[in-house]
Amino acid sequence: MGEIVFIALAVGTTVGAGVVAFSKNIVYSAFALLLSFFCVAGLYVFLAADFVAATQVIVYIGGILVLILFGVMLTEKIEKVNISNQALKPFRAWILLIVSGGILIAAIVKTNWITKAPLPPTPTTGELGNAFLTRYLLPFEIASVLLLVALIGAIIAGRKEVRRK
Amino acid sequence: MERLADYIVYNLPFLQQIPRVIVDLIIMLFFATCMLLFWVALFAGITSWVERRVAGRIQSRIGPNRVGPQGFLQWIADGLKCFLKEDFVPAAADKKLFLLAPYIVFAGMFAVFVVVPFGDGLIISNLNIGIFYVLAISSLVVVGILMSGWSSNNKWSLLGGMRSAAQIVSYEIPVSLAILPVILLTGSLGMQDIIRAQGPYPWQWFAFHNPFTFIAFFIFFIGALAEGNRTPFDIPEAESELVAGYNTEYSGMRFVFFFFAEWANLYIIAALTVTLFLGGWNTPAHLYTNLFGLLHRSVDVAGTFVFILKSLFLVFVIIWIRWTLPRLRVDQMMDVCWKYFVPFSFANIVGTIIWMVLADAAPVLGYVRYILFVVGLMVPLAIAMKITRNFRLAKSEIHLNPFI
Repeated sequence: MGEIVFIALAVGTTVGAGVVAFSKNIVYSAFALLLSFFCVAGLYVFLAADFVAATQVIVYIGGILVLILFGVMLTEKIEKVNISNQALKPFRAWILLIVSGGILIAAIVKTNWITKAPLPPTPTTGELGNAFLTRYLLPFEIASVLLLVALIGAIIAGRKEVRRK
Repeated sequence: MERLADYIVYNLPFLQQIPRVIVDLIIMLFFATCMLLFWVALFAGITSWVERRVAGRIQSRIGPNRVGPQGFLQWIADGLKCFLKEDFVPAAADKKLFLLAPYIVFAGMFAVFVVVPFGDGLIISNLNIGIFYVLAISSLVVVGILMSGWSSNNKWSLLGGMRSAAQIVSYEIPVSLAILPVILLTGSLGMQDIIRAQGPYPWQWFAFHNPFTFIAFFIFFIGALAEGNRTPFDIPEAESELVAGYNTEYSGMRFVFFFFAEWANLYIIAALTVTLFLGGWNTPAHLYTNLFGLLHRSVDVAGTFVFILKSLFLVFVIIWIRWTLPRLRVDQMMDVCWKYFVPFSFANIVGTIIWMVLADAAPVLGYVRYILFVVGLMVPLAIAMKITRNFRLAKSEIHLNPFI
């Protein structure tokens, strides 16, 4: 049971990501993210991290994907996208691909992966909450302040400037 | 569910020869089908008739009363008609996404039913992240609505889809924040735990627990209406402006999928409100289960009955609101959300925390719930008195008989 589901989720994640990268239609790319994000949430469930899985869905599908869709749907040229950043012409892009891909594959092969027998799903929410408010309080607070700054910045950037006469 | 699968395989030895994957899959499909056939489909269908009849009576019309007694079978006739209609795709639409969108909306709604409780122990899966799962999985609906709006290649659809997504994304914030006080008081995200933390009598419900949950209850209910695109927040499908919003181009079965999701969503809103704030399936008999002993199952049945009764009453309230109030403008809708609900729900969380600390120190605060219950009781009483006064002043004829 486990392996079949895992393979299905892994294939879903990769196929979704592939469509995002290779589709000529940017709306399709945006919707393919849905498949990718959802399968990643499934992978979290597989790791017995139910809370993280739900957070993945709520943040990435409910938040980020919807924002991307808003942006994409209001663009004019859906199918013929002019690539404005020409810094990465094919030759240079291939070099980058081979180097970064090589590093990733080397990392995957060389890492000594710790495998564990599949755990029965146990509640993780309470432990996560305790960890956030005790041991990892500082990073948690710094991230919160960063997000608040981003929110205020977005409001300032997005509002209309009212000039006093 | 896992336990049920174990139980079935253990008792039926011939199943042990079949791979476990298939047994599990069949059981899951069985549950999904039961839920769909015996509850969601029936509820959505019958509610469509109830809503039209109630709307008729509120607007001094008759409403559908031809098919079957009092028009009760109207929903079957409508369903059959839509089933036999052509599955039409506009020429300029993006075919793949146009065909896919209704399923995503429907799946996002239907997946919520996994954690909707019906009684003590009567729940498909009592996930320990229950209410958080509901918030997460229902965001699929937004993606489906955006998909249908864009792929129809129609201005009304796109505008409707955009409005709907903006509305749902905005109201997700006050709704989630209004749930937090309840989670603080319960200390768990599981639906059954939340219900068990409350009591059978109204003053033991979370809605009347303290002044902050009292406000949170209203924020949650109104925000949930907005998330379900119900009047007074039906701006995405405003008939007078947008034809029908994101489902303008749909017909036949695919159109039904959207409305199916909308009506089933009514029950979800009501059931979640009952679970979080109105005591769920708790009945006075649940306090004396030891006393009842063998009658334990009948207590459960009574609990289920109470839960569904409360939910159906709330569904009626939602329908009532829809045919009474006018629609908000887009800017008013956003004002209500960001200028009132969000700050109030933040204050609620802080207030609930302070209340919990104070209540430990001063148990007197426990009596506040009785006061709040009386205040809560005053609201419907005041409405009833005002209505009777209006009737008396207008000297109008009253037709209270719903059956015409």
